[in-house]
Amino acid sequence: MATPDLSPAQLAAPTYPAELRSQLFQYVVQLADTSLILAHRLSEWCGHGPVLEQDLALSNIALDLLGEARSYYQYAAELEGRGRTEDDLAYLRSAVEYRNPLLVEQPNGDFAYTIVRQFLFDNFHYQLLKELKAGPDARLAAIAEKSLKEAAYHLKWSSEWLIRLGDGTPESRRRLDKAIAALWRFAGELTTPTPGESHLQELGLVPDYAALLPAMQAHVAHVLAEATVPLPTAPVAQLGGKTGRHSEHLGYLLAELQYLQRTYPGLTW
Amino acid sequence: MVTAAPAPTEARIWQLLEDVTDPEVPVLSILDLGIVRQVSIEGEHITVTITPTYSGCPAMNAIATDIRLRLLAEGYSQLTIHNQLSPAWTTDWMTPAGRAKLEAYGIAPPVDGTATGHVLNLFGQDTAVRCPLCKSAHTHLVSQFGSTACKALYQCDDCREPFDYFKCHA
Repeated sequence: MATPDLSPAQLAAPTYPAELRSQLFQYVVQLADTSLILAHRLSEWCGHGPVLEQDLALSNIALDLLGEARSYYQYAAELEGRGRTEDDLAYLRSAVEYRNPLLVEQPNGDFAYTIVRQFLFDNFHYQLLKELKAGPDARLAAIAEKSLKEAAYHLKWSSEWLIRLGDGTPESRRRLDKAIAALWRFAGELTTPTPGESHLQELGLVPDYAALLPAMQAHVAHVLAEATVPLPTAPVAQLGGKTGRHSEHLGYLLAELQYLQRTYPGLTW
Repeated sequence: MVTAAPAPTEARIWQLLEDVTDPEVPVLSILDLGIVRQVSIEGEHITVTITPTYSGCPAMNAIATDIRLRLLAEGYSQLTIHNQLSPAWTTDWMTPAGRAKLEAYGIAPPVDGTATGHVLNLFGQDTAVRCPLCKSAHTHLVSQFGSTACKALYQCDDCREPFDYFKCHA
């Protein structure tokens, strides 16, 4: 096996100095928020998919991302060490405290819109997990090892759909072009490090985004060529979400996601 | 009243775990599925380590509860169920008996060495997935995502049976 089989005690007790632990907490929360918010968006498709099989696919992907988010939140709560739980982190933080990139909070739009959003995320996510899996933090490596297998299916799915829509009918192509024009500007934020991320990258604790780019760009070029879609000229990256400056959409999403815990604090099944 | 249980032994606990089934595929025990990694005993305290099949598998909580209930029923109350992510679960851990039970139940078992997760293999599919009904190898992939996270949707080209395929997850 690629990663060592660590005991629960080893996995549960990170021995980082306090300041570094706090920075890593921010990073892990960002990973968690990103997977949770996209999972929630995808779950909004449940019962509304264009055909049953794709409705199932969207829900399956949502579930994978939700499971991944839980693993990150659990780790983040332990890193923080102040008694907050995964539920506290997910349900009791406001929009400005969320650290997901803007891309994943964008509304579903039509199926083409959802596919482009998913493709841009999956392409990043897959490469990121590959690097995280080989990284020095044992806990993140274990989560990434698990999630990588799933992320590979996600990327395959969104890549194939992008090709079908691009090289499909005039209508599917029109919708795809529209989605690409609207969403491509959000891709840059995924690989633009915040000051906190840069610091962790310099320490070698988390993957350097520059190292992910060649494989990401190669896959985009391959898939767009198959889809007969010209490669969009890189727009200026729209930044903000990773530093807490979100679009108006996140507030509405959280209002729904957090409604129960906000209304009935501490409610359990 | 629960009668005092005999001191737990690893062999006894493994035997009891054979009774715990996957809530989504009830013909499979969790041992068939290969998700129990370790049973360890310190004095009276039993630790069972399980590995999730998929990150978001909703069955994992139910399985942990079922393990607890099964062992409690035998009087073993000092329990820890530990969830371990690494090494990640693979369909290689599914037992031959488990695979046979799956097929008899109408779900095609994973075909080893054919994981389609490779992203550059766009539009590729697992080869030679056998129809669990008529055993024909003439089948095609309908969707990589089936009724649960661990299954893909296939259809037989000979008998036309639509069926779940337990995805190879290496």
